[in-house]
Amino acid sequence: MQLIQLSDWLLDIAFLLYVISSIVFVVAMTGKNWAGRDPKQHEQRYGRIAYWLAVVGFLAQTGYVVARWVGGGHSPTSNMFEFMAFLDYCIILAYLIIYRIYKLNVIGAFVLPLGVIMLAYSYVFPKEVTPLIPSLQSYWLHIHVTTAALGEGILAVGFAAGLMYLIRTVPQHVSARSTKWLEFVLAVVLMLVGFILMESTFARMDHKTIFEMNKEQMNPVGTMEKVRVEYTMPAIVAPADSKIVQAGPMNPWFAAPSWMEGKDAARKLNTMLWSVITGVILYGGLRLIFRKRLGALIQPSVEGIEPDLLDEISYRAISIGYPVFTLGALIFAMIWAQEAWGRFWGWDPKEVWALIVWLFYSAYLHLRLSRGWIGAKSAWMSVIGFVIILITLVVVNLVIAGLHSYAGV
Amino acid sequence: MNKTNRTYVRVAVLGLLLVALVFALYSSFVKDPNAVKVGGDAPNFSLEQLNGPELALDDLKGKGVVLNFWGTWCEPCKKEMPALQEQYNKFKDKGLVVVGVNIGEAPVAVEPFVKQFGVDFPILLDRQSQITKLYRIGPIPTTFFIAPDGEVKEIFIGQLNEAMIADKMSKILPK
Amino acid sequence: MDQRKCECGHTNPVGTLLCESCGKPLNVEVYEQTAFPDMRYEGMARRSQTYTKKWIDRIWNYFSSVKIAIGIIIVILVASAVGTIFPQQQYIPVPVPTEADVARFYTDTYGVLGTVYYGLGFHNLYSSWWFVTLLVLLGTSLVICSLDRVIPLYKALSKPRLNQHKSFLKGQKLFAEGELAPDVDQAELLDSSALALKKKGYRIFRAERAIMAEKGRFSRWGPYVNHIGLILFLIGVLMRNIPGFYMDEFVWVREGQTVAIPDTPYYIKSENYHTEYWSEEEMPAKLELNGGVIPKSFQTDAILYVNKNAEVPGKKPDLIEVQKGPIIVNHPMMEGDLAIYQSGVQEMQLGALNFVLVDVKQGNKELGPIKIDLYNPAAEQEIAAGIKVRVLDYFPDFVMGKDGKPATQTNLPKNPMVALEIVDESTNQNEKLVYLQGSVLTQKSDGRFGLVFKKPDLIDISGLNVRIDKAVPLIYFGAFIFMIGVVMGFFWQHRRVWVQTQEGTVLLAAHTNKNWFGLRREVDGLVEQLKLPVTVEEKTKA
Repeated sequence: MQLIQLSDWLLDIAFLLYVISSIVFVVAMTGKNWAGRDPKQHEQRYGRIAYWLAVVGFLAQTGYVVARWVGGGHSPTSNMFEFMAFLDYCIILAYLIIYRIYKLNVIGAFVLPLGVIMLAYSYVFPKEVTPLIPSLQSYWLHIHVTTAALGEGILAVGFAAGLMYLIRTVPQHVSARSTKWLEFVLAVVLMLVGFILMESTFARMDHKTIFEMNKEQMNPVGTMEKVRVEYTMPAIVAPADSKIVQAGPMNPWFAAPSWMEGKDAARKLNTMLWSVITGVILYGGLRLIFRKRLGALIQPSVEGIEPDLLDEISYRAISIGYPVFTLGALIFAMIWAQEAWGRFWGWDPKEVWALIVWLFYSAYLHLRLSRGWIGAKSAWMSVIGFVIILITLVVVNLVIAGLHSYAGV
Repeated sequence: MNKTNRTYVRVAVLGLLLVALVFALYSSFVKDPNAVKVGGDAPNFSLEQLNGPELALDDLKGKGVVLNFWGTWCEPCKKEMPALQEQYNKFKDKGLVVVGVNIGEAPVAVEPFVKQFGVDFPILLDRQSQITKLYRIGPIPTTFFIAPDGEVKEIFIGQLNEAMIADKMSKILPK
Repeated sequence: MDQRKCECGHTNPVGTLLCESCGKPLNVEVYEQTAFPDMRYEGMARRSQTYTKKWIDRIWNYFSSVKIAIGIIIVILVASAVGTIFPQQQYIPVPVPTEADVARFYTDTYGVLGTVYYGLGFHNLYSSWWFVTLLVLLGTSLVICSLDRVIPLYKALSKPRLNQHKSFLKGQKLFAEGELAPDVDQAELLDSSALALKKKGYRIFRAERAIMAEKGRFSRWGPYVNHIGLILFLIGVLMRNIPGFYMDEFVWVREGQTVAIPDTPYYIKSENYHTEYWSEEEMPAKLELNGGVIPKSFQTDAILYVNKNAEVPGKKPDLIEVQKGPIIVNHPMMEGDLAIYQSGVQEMQLGALNFVLVDVKQGNKELGPIKIDLYNPAAEQEIAAGIKVRVLDYFPDFVMGKDGKPATQTNLPKNPMVALEIVDESTNQNEKLVYLQGSVLTQKSDGRFGLVFKKPDLIDISGLNVRIDKAVPLIYFGAFIFMIGVVMGFFWQHRRVWVQTQEGTVLLAAHTNKNWFGLRREVDGLVEQLKLPVTVEEKTKA
């Protein structure tokens, strides 16, 4: 019992350290141009502090992994919370390795905040250590999930470097298609942040709204019953043709259009609306405060870096992450599926989306190596690739039901 | 490699790939190679009778066989029973037999039903639904019209009336 | 002109960009304006670029294009995503026994979009003819792209490019040249370069005034090895369609029942099924389960038999025990190619009803027990001296028919109704009783016989997945080869360094297929070490 409490504390400590490290990294990159400071020295000094904070945080999180593994009796990769925390761990690990090779401070300024977002996302889910259900009782749990997480962590660093490349090279003095797309990507990142903020806030508040729809559906037992939909977030949009059975914090402003007849369609729309609104508010707020495009805002801090180097780092990360991802998310997954369910591939949504990630990065590699897509094109691909990974983590686990969805939300 | 060799190699490789494509397409259309089809042979089987000794399909070679899969929970099956019995009476001296295969029910459930309709053609009990699976039965009633040599002439899914039965039976009478 | 003759005297096949022998760009007039040819295939002519006469050649060329391959990859990617918008047919979470139910599910749950999805056949997307075709096209592209490139590449790399023409060296991405002091011993310079490079792991090829240092050539084969792996994988998947290679069946087996496994001579019996739950002491942390439980194991204790009478299905089987043991999740029972998985269960299902027949007129005196096996009710049982119980009618899943008569919905004992006749031979009494949903209906209001209910026999029904997949070893092998190829290609690089002396100048050039950063460091290190009078230029990427 105590080991598990210890592991929780260690994770909280790690989270705190990552947050501080992110802030210090950002200070290192942006404070360069404060009056009276030597930019390079400033960056080096704060960069070093931030790096060591991240290292200590990583050690704390390693403690969390070990304590939870021993206390819980299985590798901490068995539910959504554990997986997201482990993914964050792999992202930080990949960062530390890449840093040792390339020694660029600025990577930290992008990767650490990404790690913080991932860890914050994990906190949305139930944290309790539960013993393993029969289907997870296999040594493949340790092997498949950890390798897949490691692969995704390395690909995440590829994404960070690709994003940095775009911020560095997309010319901000005129508004063009590329600047608009870059803003869009940054806004989507903020929407993800918004989703996490809203989801964790409302889940904690536990003010559900329950609707009953005016149609019947067969339930898994085989009888007909009126369809019920539960919203965790306050209802902005209600399902079409429904009535409130349990009121939540607010009354819906409007009903979903009647062609959205799907049972969960309105709820997903509601969640999306919340994410979009929060993201837009965050984005709009930042733009109002700073009075420039976010891309233009961040650009000065990456000015001194050789774009080719960023391109190289992004490609290197992806070329290392791709084999690890293939091995963990596809091959080990297939072997385990064969042992547990008797079929190594069943086209269930999670498997399909892992395949989609793999196909996408295969396309990336072919475009880069055979068609000469380097530089900006490659950077855009690395960004899109990570968005697809995010889709598998967010959408597939929560939205699309399947044999595989961790859910438990 | 000279020109002609190159062409041979390319033809060979593309040919192989074409074979693979045809094979893959064929497999995606023909989902179940073991399915009982019209024109194919009716697979042999042997089941216990409700009132009688074990009966095998092959024992009935030389006669036309109307193989009817049914259950007491199935309304259309009940509705067509009398029609099947009628037509059986008319054709049984012409070398035709109707065989009812009951899907997975106990004799005490089947017996009253059979008595009620005065059925005297063989009723076989597929207690484990093994033959039902073998014949890939989906919705019921499903009726197979089998020629005296064992070839499946027709598979009908749904309720039959007397006229339809008479017509289909006439096509499987021994010559 | 069929072939190009180079200055150096070597005749090159048509389409060659760099002379096979000396490396000189063959179209030097044209190339003055444009960049040095891509080193990806060593300047060799890809076979498809040389001949485009016959239609065979045109098909070949089409599939040898990487652009087309990427296109196929993207189309498969998008198509796969479409299949996840709504659940595929096999993942529909509610019972859908007929095709009409399936269609209705999509319309009811997802509205218009669902109807369209079903109509287009997307509910069975991954086995549709067009998706299968896409996979075959991918395989075709893999085969032809690889053949087209690997053969010329192999030919080129087997002849190490030693003593290359100056224009070849000059065209390399990393190039340097410098004047040598007149007193420098050129042969010695080359020797020390060779030694330095050898220490870094390079293999040295020597000519009189030139060396070529090479390491990691094997990594160039990486992509081709991984393509072979993918091709083997796809062949494995295709082989599943060969009759007998693949079987996927699901059987329900009650405790105590022996069931035939379709399309095989095997029978499986469930001796016992048991779900074990985690106890509070076993749990690592205190959980607020609110009465919920977490399962620890799902286990069927089974016996596998082979039937010697297997030629005629349905005939009474002659069973020989083959294997006995537990079937647990993640630990299937394996017998030859057959694998049996613990997949599902229906627990606590009605197996038999238990009553005690009582004599109402004698103060409910117990006369004898009655057991009705709901899967095989005995037509008649003698429960006491001279007292027999007959089953007149049995409806396993009772429902009132539209004609007002009792009927059954299915052949499964979900809601049994039994009509019994009690016969007392000594007194010639004869009464009818009906059991339904926990109550007994009597024929007469002052009848002699009554039924007392006892706990029914509850049984667990195991859901077992039976599978044969003979192609799996090939599929695993293909995946393994793929990984080797990927590791070969990504974790190592093919590096070459040329050092040549020519009338008082030293020429240095280097090439790698990946990781210029690392090569640059190595070359810089070499220059430092040997104090070569050169500054390395690195051409910027195109």
